[in-house]
Amino acid sequence: MSQPMIEVRDLSKRFGEGDGAVHALEHIDLTVDQGDIYGIIGLSGAGKSTLVRCINLLERPTEGTVLVDGRDLTRMPDKALRQARKSIGMIFQHFNLLMQRNCLDNITFPLELTGTPRKQAVARARELLKIVDLESKEKAYPAQLSGGQKQRIAIARTLATNPKVLLCDEATSALDPKTTRDILRLIRDINRTLGITVVVITHDMKVIEEICTKVTILNHGRIAESGLVEEVFTNPKTEAGRRLVYPDGVPFELLPKSRVIRVAFNGGTAYQPLIASLAIDCNVKVNILGADTRNIDGKAFGTMLLGLPENDAEAARAMAYLAGQKDITVEEATDYHA
Amino acid sequence: MLESLAQLFESWGVSKALDQLQYLFDPGTLPFAIWETLYAPLLATVFAYVIGLPLGILLVTGEAGGIRPLPKALMQVLNTIINLLRSIPFLILMVMVFPLSRLILGTAIGTTATIVPLTVAAAPYVARLVEGSLRETDRGVIEAAQAMGCSPWQIVTKVMLPECKPSLINGATNAAITILSYGAMSGAIGGGGLGSMALMRGHTRNQVLVLYAAVILLVLLVQIIQSIGTALCIKTDKRIDHTNTKKRRKQS
Ligand SMILES: Nc1ncnc2c1ncn2[C@@H]1O[C@H](COP(=O)(O)OP(=O)(O)O)[C@@H](O)[C@H]1O
Ligand SMILES: [Mg+2]
Repeated sequence: MSQPMIEVRDLSKRFGEGDGAVHALEHIDLTVDQGDIYGIIGLSGAGKSTLVRCINLLERPTEGTVLVDGRDLTRMPDKALRQARKSIGMIFQHFNLLMQRNCLDNITFPLELTGTPRKQAVARARELLKIVDLESKEKAYPAQLSGGQKQRIAIARTLATNPKVLLCDEATSALDPKTTRDILRLIRDINRTLGITVVVITHDMKVIEEICTKVTILNHGRIAESGLVEEVFTNPKTEAGRRLVYPDGVPFELLPKSRVIRVAFNGGTAYQPLIASLAIDCNVKVNILGADTRNIDGKAFGTMLLGLPENDAEAARAMAYLAGQKDITVEEATDYHA
Repeated sequence: MLESLAQLFESWGVSKALDQLQYLFDPGTLPFAIWETLYAPLLATVFAYVIGLPLGILLVTGEAGGIRPLPKALMQVLNTIINLLRSIPFLILMVMVFPLSRLILGTAIGTTATIVPLTVAAAPYVARLVEGSLRETDRGVIEAAQAMGCSPWQIVTKVMLPECKPSLINGATNAAITILSYGAMSGAIGGGGLGSMALMRGHTRNQVLVLYAAVILLVLLVQIIQSIGTALCIKTDKRIDHTNTKKRRKQS
């Protein structure tokens, strides 16, 4: 059984006092197991950054406790807390490298803080440069690097002190899709080879799908839902979840009031595979209320009346799927008589 | 007509031009004046930084939301004293500080004595310059340092000061030039150097050539200090990608 590495208990964070106070986080409970890659997703302003900053106490929670590796950070005196932070790595959207230090000296920085002898620190930094595949950039300054390279150096820097946890606050949000994938892969490799527990904060579903095993959806400072990524993303149970999974809101606008739709086949694939893939790919069962279709040379022509499921999310998924098919038009059927 | 032209020349002191040239080219005159012009202000700059640098750091780190907030009352007192000293015109401050100069150096007259008022005038200015520079530190970088377990002292010495080095050098250049010009001004009431030369001979004794020579030398000194400062600032600034600027220069 895996051990919990991060435990957040009934955590609340309020900025300011009285009427003008911002309730950034309210009653958050969260457990991240040792070795997990845990995603926290939410729209901008949901409180993701505040939550991740509460995990290493960069932000002091108004209420609640934070345990990392079994130790309560909220009760630690400043000095012990600073010590504890050395085993909690953190990377950021804007990399936050020291601009006046070259790559090597950026990586030795956390080692200088602990008083590691220079020679030993440099050897460790070179080792890390190899891990992040940037050995050639030892003497380069951050200003001479691309965004992806900067993030690699930031990752190397944070690994220097052998942390048990890596917190990533929108670490790929300033990068292009390909670089994003490379960095995510690097983070996954680090998780696998070094056994570091990773918390990924993002507003982007693709990032979660790419590397996370579990996910929590944060909405207006509260947890909307959490669970395994496949479960939460294929069947979001809350309004907040659906808004994230269908960010453009298309399915909801398309959703007919009567819940009955007419599908016209214009010579694409036959209709049976379509209904089957609705069931298999989208996990949605639709009722065939009536059909007047012909197969001509394996191609479907004609129309079909479908009854959508009661569940909004499932209906929306079906609509999104149908709308994405070629040679099919979908419209609401108001004049049907089944 | 001719008479009035002669009067004008007379008023410019041209008739005594030879005297003035003799004075200027005396090997004891200019080197000594330049030395006096530089040494008091440069020493004062050093002393002003000894006082002003820690104050500037406190102004940034001690405020609410800083890396080590200090009591609000203390910050207010600090700010008020700095603003007060900065609002007194230099010559008036110098006169007010005479007793202090006498106390520290035994005299209030002469180039050395001006070090005291120059320091008193420059320290609050330096504090504000340092404050302005340190405020430029990227919040994100400070946050990253805190996440790595940096203490406030380490953030100041290992993050803020090194990251702001170019801006601090720029500030020091400004401080040195400003203090140099205050020093020249002090020539009016007992200070030495090129400033006193310009005021005492150029103005009071109407020696126009001496006046212009002194002014030109002051301008040159300021140019030299500024050039050194700018060069150091650019050299230490690693935020600029020098390889690219060189390439770009070659291309164009
Ligand atoms: N230091 C602060 N002072 C006041 N309000 C803050 C502060 N930090 C964050 N907030 C507020 O808390 C809420 C959550 O912010 P944040 O955690 O940055 O969201 P996210 O990272 O999900 O975009 C926002 O309403 C934001 O304005
Ligand atoms: Mg954020």
